Amino acid sequence: MKVLVPVKRVIDYNVKVRVKADGSGVDLANVKMSMNPFDEIAVEEAIRLKEKGAAEEVVAVSIGVKQAQETLRTALAMGADRAILVVAADDVHQDIEPLAVAKILKAVIDEEQPGLVIAGKQAIDNDMNATGQMLSALLGWSQATFASELDIDGDHAKVTREVDGGLQTIKVKMPCVVTVDLRLNEPRYASLPNIMKAKKKPLDEKTAEDYGVDVSPRLEVVKTAEPAERAAGIKVADVDELIAKLKEAGAI
Amino acid sequence: MTAFSSFDNAGRSPLFFDDTLRMLRDQVRRFVETEIKPHADAWEEEGRTPRALLRKMGELGFFGIRYPEELGGAALDQRATVVWAEELGRSTYSGVAITALVHTDMASVHIFNAGNEAQKVEWIPRCISGEAISAVAVTEPGAGSDVKGISTRARREGGDWVLNGAKMFITNGVHADVYCVAAKTDPEARPSQSVTMFLVEKDTPGFTVSRALDKHGWRSSDTAELSFSDVRVPDANVLGSAGGGFYEIMKNFQNERLVIGAMAMGEAQAALDLTLDYLRERRAFGAPLWDKQAIRQRLAMLSARVEACRQMIYATAARAAAGEDVVREVSMIKALAGELVNEVMYDCVQFHGGMGFMRESTIERMSRDARVQSIGGGATEVMLEEVAKRM
Ligand SMILES: Cc1cc2nc3c(=O)[nH]c(=O)nc-3n(C[C@H](O)[C@H](O)[C@H](O)COP(=O)(O)OP(=O)(O)OC[C@H]3O[C@@H](n4cnc5c(N)ncnc54)[C@H](O)[C@@H]3O)c2cc1C
Ligand SMILES: Cc1cc2nc3c(=O)[nH]c(=O)nc-3n(C[C@H](O)[C@H](O)[C@H](O)COP(=O)(O)OP(=O)(O)OC[C@H]3O[C@@H](n4cnc5c(N)ncnc54)[C@H](O)[C@@H]3O)c2cc1C
Repeated sequence: MKVLVPVKRVIDYNVKVRVKADGSGVDLANVKMSMNPFDEIAVEEAIRLKEKGAAEEVVAVSIGVKQAQETLRTALAMGADRAILVVAADDVHQDIEPLAVAKILKAVIDEEQPGLVIAGKQAIDNDMNATGQMLSALLGWSQATFASELDIDGDHAKVTREVDGGLQTIKVKMPCVVTVDLRLNEPRYASLPNIMKAKKKPLDEKTAEDYGVDVSPRLEVVKTAEPAERAAGIKVADVDELIAKLKEAGAI
Repeated sequence: MTAFSSFDNAGRSPLFFDDTLRMLRDQVRRFVETEIKPHADAWEEEGRTPRALLRKMGELGFFGIRYPEELGGAALDQRATVVWAEELGRSTYSGVAITALVHTDMASVHIFNAGNEAQKVEWIPRCISGEAISAVAVTEPGAGSDVKGISTRARREGGDWVLNGAKMFITNGVHADVYCVAAKTDPEARPSQSVTMFLVEKDTPGFTVSRALDKHGWRSSDTAELSFSDVRVPDANVLGSAGGGFYEIMKNFQNERLVIGAMAMGEAQAALDLTLDYLRERRAFGAPLWDKQAIRQRLAMLSARVEACRQMIYATAARAAAGEDVVREVSMIKALAGELVNEVMYDCVQFHGGMGFMRESTIERMSRDARVQSIGGGATEVMLEEVAKRM
């Protein structure tokens, strides 16, 4: 079985995000970019399936600017076998929306014919949480979102999902799209020898036009703003005063 | 949370670093954030960096950056070493950083650069995996800056050599497995041709750790005084040619000094970043301290100087990798970085106010750790003489 893992290049989770002066988005110039952390978990899971003998090949796909090839090299250094970069934008500030990403992924999947897609549940830049779901709809495949455990059992996958009430275990028919949550695994480091090996692994470059997908935005960003600054706190002497203050503030 | 990515502009520029080196930077940084920073306070107390951590670094290939693939390395060049040293310096725990950096770039390099095939095959793969940790013992109680002035003697006896003397301030000295030791083999010869390097294994009879030294900073690094009393080593343990030790030491200093420069600038940038975070939060006289021009202009100038020094290190590493002679620049870097990191720490402590004087603050530890950067590996004055000779 072939496993396909989409990976997105996003602003590094350690970077303090700054909103651009014109409010059109966050400033990405000269900012450290990394693989979306959920996608790292997806890559890790795919590699583990390969190590267990449940998969033969892991293919990482990224859609975005040319610089995303660095993100793909990281996936290769972790252990993916090959990578496909679909260049869909020149400007690092242009985000490709989930529907366009899902359409391109569908086209790649039609060519590649993987038995399983493992994606991150969302990207930490815009938190859309939509690509995996849209992809499964376009493909007509089953989907299992927010996975915290994944077992492949013949032509089915058993997936434990993190839902509001606790854990839910479902069985879905393969091929399917799985989106992963934080607790599925802890991604490995790319060791230096594996970073060196990744240089020799194949990385194909395509464009959105190659797949005939229109990536122009359908959503309009009206405004981007910093979260409100946290106001200074106060110290209370005892529980009674705490309750009184909370009542005063209308919190209880 | 890391400050706005002051670290990642030139440090990720394709002008100096390709995809491979950027990935190396990412992996070392993640290692520092997850495997070092949450745990290292305990190591500062214990006075050593645990072997388990060094083994993990070995497993990830960090100890083999420069060594050839046949021996298990990645065959990268000075630029990769700079990334490694700078990111370790950025950890804020320079005791941990120096433990690793002495092993990779100051000690095991003696085996690789001067050693014969048999010595390399025996030691380098084990140094790369972290199974064997190395130390280099040149400095003595009576001779530091003046390497030719060492008095540890090695005399010929049958087919062996017998070492007598003492070594001082030896990093990894307490816990290393293998030591590259400088001794005088021919006191009659010209001073520059009288020194030979020897490989001495930990449990060799007569070789003892006299004491673990109690230091001002670098507290998670073990530093020792060593004693050699009729230590018999076979001729097979001579590193390079007899009498060629002084030149080997001088040659390896070039890498060592570049590494100390990169490490120091990692420390300096990290200190500026965390002080900036502090000043943006800390309020006095009705506004964040960062609003005071007197403060922010001082930090802005320091950050300009740190940036200049970092980029000189990057450029010098690239030139060294291309085979250019950069002795002058490396000496400049060691002098400049060793002093600059201390100026940065002084101001960063100052702007932390009373908190900068407290053991609980990171900047307090960093200011102690930085002090040695203008002394070890070639004191500023000695470096400036090297520069002046080439002016
Ligand atoms: C924490 C630590 C770890 C170390 N690790 C190692 C190690 O692993 N292996 C090793 O071999 N050594 C090690 N050293 C030794 C280090 O390299 C020496 O301390 C350094 O070379 C200075 O030598 P010294 O201490 O003998 O000072 P000295 O040579 O006595 O010099 C004292 C001071 O005099 C000044 N000075 C010296 N010469 C001149 C000159 N020509 N002109 C003007 N001023 C001058 C400088 O300010 C210098 O700092 C370590 C030192 C420290 C503190
Ligand atoms: C060991 C020790 C003992 C002490 N003992 C006592 C004691 O017995 N009793 C007591 O009451 N206090 C004591 N203090 C507190 C001491 O007086 C304060 O630390 C000092 O006044 C600085 O205040 P701060 O630490 O709040 O720094 P902050 O006010 O936060 O200032 C931080 C830094 O910002 C800079 N800065 C501040 N304001 C300006 C400005 N307007 N323009 C430009 N730069 C500015 C300065 O560099 C300053 O160091 C002690 C402190 C220490 C470290």
